[in-house]
Amino acid sequence: MIDALPPGAILIAGGLLSALLRGRAQSAFLLVLPLLGLWQLIELPHGVYHQITLFGQTLAPVRVDTLSLLFGYVFHIAAFLAALYAWHVRDTVQQVAGMGYAGAAVGAVFAGDLVTLFVYWELTAVTSVFLIWASRTERAYRAGMRYLAIQVGSGVILLAGIAARVQETGSVEFGHLGLGSLSGALILVAIGIKCAFPLLHNWLQDSYPEATVTGAVFLSAFTTKLAVYALARGYAGTEMLMWIGAVMTVFPAFFAVIENDLRRVLSYSLNSQLGFMVCGIGVGTQLAVDGAVAHAFVSSIYQALLFMAMGAVLFRAGTVKASALGGLYKSMPWSAGFCIVGSASISAFPLFSGFVAKSLVLAAVAQEGQWVVWVMLLFASAGVLDHSGIKIPFFGFFGHDRGIRVKEAPPNMLLAMGLSAFLCVAIGIYPAPLYALLPYPVGFDPYTAGHVVTQSQLLLFAMLAFAVLMRLGLYPPEVPSLNLDSDWIYRRALPVAAGFVVGCLAAMRQAAAAMASRLFDRFMVIVFRYHGPQGVLARTWPIGGGAIWVLVLLAGFLIFYYL
Amino acid sequence: MNDERRYWLDDPRNVRKLFWILCAVCAAAFAADAFYEKHADFGVEYLFGFYAIFGFCAYVGLIFAAKGLRKLLRRREDYYD
Repeated sequence: MIDALPPGAILIAGGLLSALLRGRAQSAFLLVLPLLGLWQLIELPHGVYHQITLFGQTLAPVRVDTLSLLFGYVFHIAAFLAALYAWHVRDTVQQVAGMGYAGAAVGAVFAGDLVTLFVYWELTAVTSVFLIWASRTERAYRAGMRYLAIQVGSGVILLAGIAARVQETGSVEFGHLGLGSLSGALILVAIGIKCAFPLLHNWLQDSYPEATVTGAVFLSAFTTKLAVYALARGYAGTEMLMWIGAVMTVFPAFFAVIENDLRRVLSYSLNSQLGFMVCGIGVGTQLAVDGAVAHAFVSSIYQALLFMAMGAVLFRAGTVKASALGGLYKSMPWSAGFCIVGSASISAFPLFSGFVAKSLVLAAVAQEGQWVVWVMLLFASAGVLDHSGIKIPFFGFFGHDRGIRVKEAPPNMLLAMGLSAFLCVAIGIYPAPLYALLPYPVGFDPYTAGHVVTQSQLLLFAMLAFAVLMRLGLYPPEVPSLNLDSDWIYRRALPVAAGFVVGCLAAMRQAAAAMASRLFDRFMVIVFRYHGPQGVLARTWPIGGGAIWVLVLLAGFLIFYYL
Repeated sequence: MNDERRYWLDDPRNVRKLFWILCAVCAAAFAADAFYEKHADFGVEYLFGFYAIFGFCAYVGLIFAAKGLRKLLRRREDYYD
């Protein structure tokens, strides 16, 4: 019975139905949906379901295999945690959009063909934007518009890629695509936008920090992980991705260090985490792909946890600007504690979930002898420790006490953070169940003396560097500011350029109009000369004169006729 | 609410204490390199305390590079408004 419904349908339909409910009934209903969906996935055997033929193309709306199930599981877990975190929200738009968004992402990872993928791809865009607009500020509205334009744009490029694919192969099946054709390149660009590749990344840092407290938690989990799934499915072993991923891990670190809005810091850190996954997919060995998808799994949870913690700060203190915060651990000790667990997980301290996933990617890169990439990833690991491991908890909850005294986060938020933190630690201590879910058998033990000692050395000495720089006063202070990033191109450069072009065109138009008007005036002078009151053609002529002219015309006509 | 209460971390002496504890832990981690057999993929990993040195230098390098970047990229908060 349960396999009659495509995965994700429970979340989407349930989300829509929840619009009929109000208050706690709505929240409780939304909390049950991910559990139902998860149960459905556990019951669902591998295979392809609901195949239909449309315009000569075989569509496979549901394909269940190891890779799609892994992402399906973590999306449901994330949806449950986010719904719990949003228990107190009494805004039907957000609740419906959030659950619909989660359902669309689930549907997308089970899509067996590119057309179905496209439909869900766009659905994630149009549902998630409401989580940004729900902030109901002018800023959020504009950020949401930019977000929507870029996300829908990604879908349009995907559609172009699909069309090219049908031309090339005659099939819309979503399997390995590779970069060898036009369709492969187009689809990679579409995925690259959603995955926040370098220079295509800035929609993420632009929009997520403008979302609502709870909306950002939803957003952090789905869109980008969906893109990682699509890469793992279609582009495993594409060497270019290894380099793109390595660059992606490194460059957001610099921006995160100097960013003042802590939710934007988290957006940069999310970007950097995605880099590790993209890199692993690019390496393409079994160990690397396992590492990449395991990383996607664990990072969905700890990234959500960090967004929850910063959301709690925003909810209570009214700001997440590092320059305005400090000493909040006194009022929000539980939130601070859970935040530290999330930070330890993302920094990949041994015994936390990041460690058991990131080690796989690093080991795979080292095994391939790619030392440049390896050094970049190690550097990025030190960077993660700074912006997500230290900066988020330190400036969010500790640092200079600014005397902000608020209430601890509401119980439902604490419960959601607590559950997420529990998962981070549980997976970190006992990774075997996670490894069992991975596409390839894992013959890798993260808990060897070598791995534990080297990782601890890296992180502890980076912490020491922070402590030393703080004591010497060399750590950059948090100041109210805004840093330029590639969004400057479309938020400032292009509008200015467009303004310039429009200005030029307007000037040209004005000049042309002036010239036309001068010519017209001259023409009118001539017309006036002949037709005006004194003009030769406007004079009154005697009737006889007219008769003579008619006679002349007739005579002319006769002459021509006889010739 | 808790305004009168002094927290353990409010005392700078305790913060200093934490710093020295961190130093001690780092020293222990550094020394730990002597107590296990290394199986590395790159020659440089056999250098004693390589990860510790790399972590420290990478971190300091990142911070100074970011400070330089800030000079270039920093704008007023209402830049786009």
